[in-house]
Amino acid sequence: MPHGGHMQEMICITCPIGCHLSIEKISDEEISVTGNKCQRGAQYAREELLSPKRVVTATCRLKQLSNQTATVGQAAADSLYKPRRVPVRTAKAFPKERIPELLTLLYQHEVSLPVERGQVIIPDALGTGIDVIAERTMA
Amino acid sequence: MKNFNFDAVVIGGGAAGMASALELKKRGSSVVIIEREEELGGILMQCIHNGFGLIEFNEELSGPEFAQRVHEQVEAQTIPSFCGTTVLDIRPEGDRKIVYCVSSREGVMQIQARAIILAMGCRERNRGNIRIPGSRPSGVFTAGLAQRLVNIEGYIPGKDVVIIGSGDIGLIMARRLSWVGCKVHAVVEILPYPSGLTRNIVQCLNDFNIPLYLSHLTTEIYGKDRVEGVEITPIQNGALVYEKSFRIPCDTVLLSVGLVPENELSRNAGVEINPATNGPWVDSTLMTSVPGIFACGNVLHVHDLVDYVVEEARRAGSFAADWLAGKHPVRELRVKTGANVRYINPSRVDPSRQNKLYLRSLIVKNDSVLEVKVDNRVVKQLKKAHIQPSEMLTVSLGPDELAQSGMDAQIEVSLL
Repeated sequence: MPHGGHMQEMICITCPIGCHLSIEKISDEEISVTGNKCQRGAQYAREELLSPKRVVTATCRLKQLSNQTATVGQAAADSLYKPRRVPVRTAKAFPKERIPELLTLLYQHEVSLPVERGQVIIPDALGTGIDVIAERTMA
Repeated sequence: MKNFNFDAVVIGGGAAGMASALELKKRGSSVVIIEREEELGGILMQCIHNGFGLIEFNEELSGPEFAQRVHEQVEAQTIPSFCGTTVLDIRPEGDRKIVYCVSSREGVMQIQARAIILAMGCRERNRGNIRIPGSRPSGVFTAGLAQRLVNIEGYIPGKDVVIIGSGDIGLIMARRLSWVGCKVHAVVEILPYPSGLTRNIVQCLNDFNIPLYLSHLTTEIYGKDRVEGVEITPIQNGALVYEKSFRIPCDTVLLSVGLVPENELSRNAGVEINPATNGPWVDSTLMTSVPGIFACGNVLHVHDLVDYVVEEARRAGSFAADWLAGKHPVRELRVKTGANVRYINPSRVDPSRQNKLYLRSLIVKNDSVLEVKVDNRVVKQLKKAHIQPSEMLTVSLGPDELAQSGMDAQIEVSLL
């Protein structure tokens, strides 16, 4: 990350215009932004530089599956069309630098059926206060 | 053979199909949804990323969340659906249509209806459509197929990936595959600008330092049994510069090179197709060239937001209900595409009410103006801060703009 006097380039994604922003970091909490056509650009640059966040979407393994492994007949044919993963997401934008850690946690996690849309799968993930929730109901 | 009878049959149980069925039901028509997959929801079910529903639900949802919310409304209205059921043919017979469909549970079924809503969505363009030279090893997937494998079936298609085409699905998959531990080596785009949204370039490529090669063409796919690499060649002044070709080793190639509305059923039913959209020609009520057959969503033209799909589908359902009640527009005016407009949909308007039109630009430009002319008289001008082919534009036309137009007036929409 650049310090005092260093310029950084960034594209604003708040709207489709995509302003090319130049950001100068003045101190740890103060930045100067140019190139933005509106105030949202400055706000975006501030967040993106000081505490970037993303909504993380992934899938978790379904627990039931291990005893549902028919390999012949109609049961096997049906299981071809059955989803094998449950889609999950963070309920809010999640600190970007901790995403790899979160993904490791999600890929180790197993979910038992049934699951409801919006059900909390992992509360307070990695102590961030942000829950991971199921994206859909599966019976 | 089982026989059923409904006022309307909706073909396709994705966002468009469900939204149009809800509107038909609300207007008092009996309606059934036919869906090829085992559950309703359509392509949204595999789009587990967020960004859906900002207009429709006023919050940012994932694909499955959006689909389920609409599905819950369908269930609350007790609209019947046949899932796992494929439509084979639509035959107009007199003032009725007969829909032939088949499922492994019920065998062949015959459904009679007066109105049909086409909501079959679209299909990905594949390697054959863009003619990439080279051998035919395994490991070449369309981006949407890879998305289904990863998100629903739980398989990872490969480890070292090159994505051809910068469409949104390819960009979303670049992030998804990076998050499941694959290395995405490059995204290769033939055009000088990306075809996906800027938001996706930033969050799906830049976040992972994935290089985007603009004005580059994939000139070879190597590998005998499995993909071993691709050859990339820059394009300068419209010509391939082979001296500057380079090779990227990889075991998997994803194609994100556009979508085509899936209109085989429509064509067989006699519906005329607009070559600019690959979807049916429709009048101001979204009715195709076959009376009583309507179209909405991605089968009509490829949308970029599901929120627009749902809005359009609702109108299609409402117009179909009007048609079932014997209501037709008294007069329609033709809408032409003017400067820098690739297509406009629908291509007819009813001057007695408000009409919502969707259009796509041919150019990338800041500070543009959308201009509507009736017989060379400017009736509307809208400022557009930024236009590009991947962002669909909308314009509303109603009695205010059209009241004084003559019987053979022509409307032209341009981007200046």
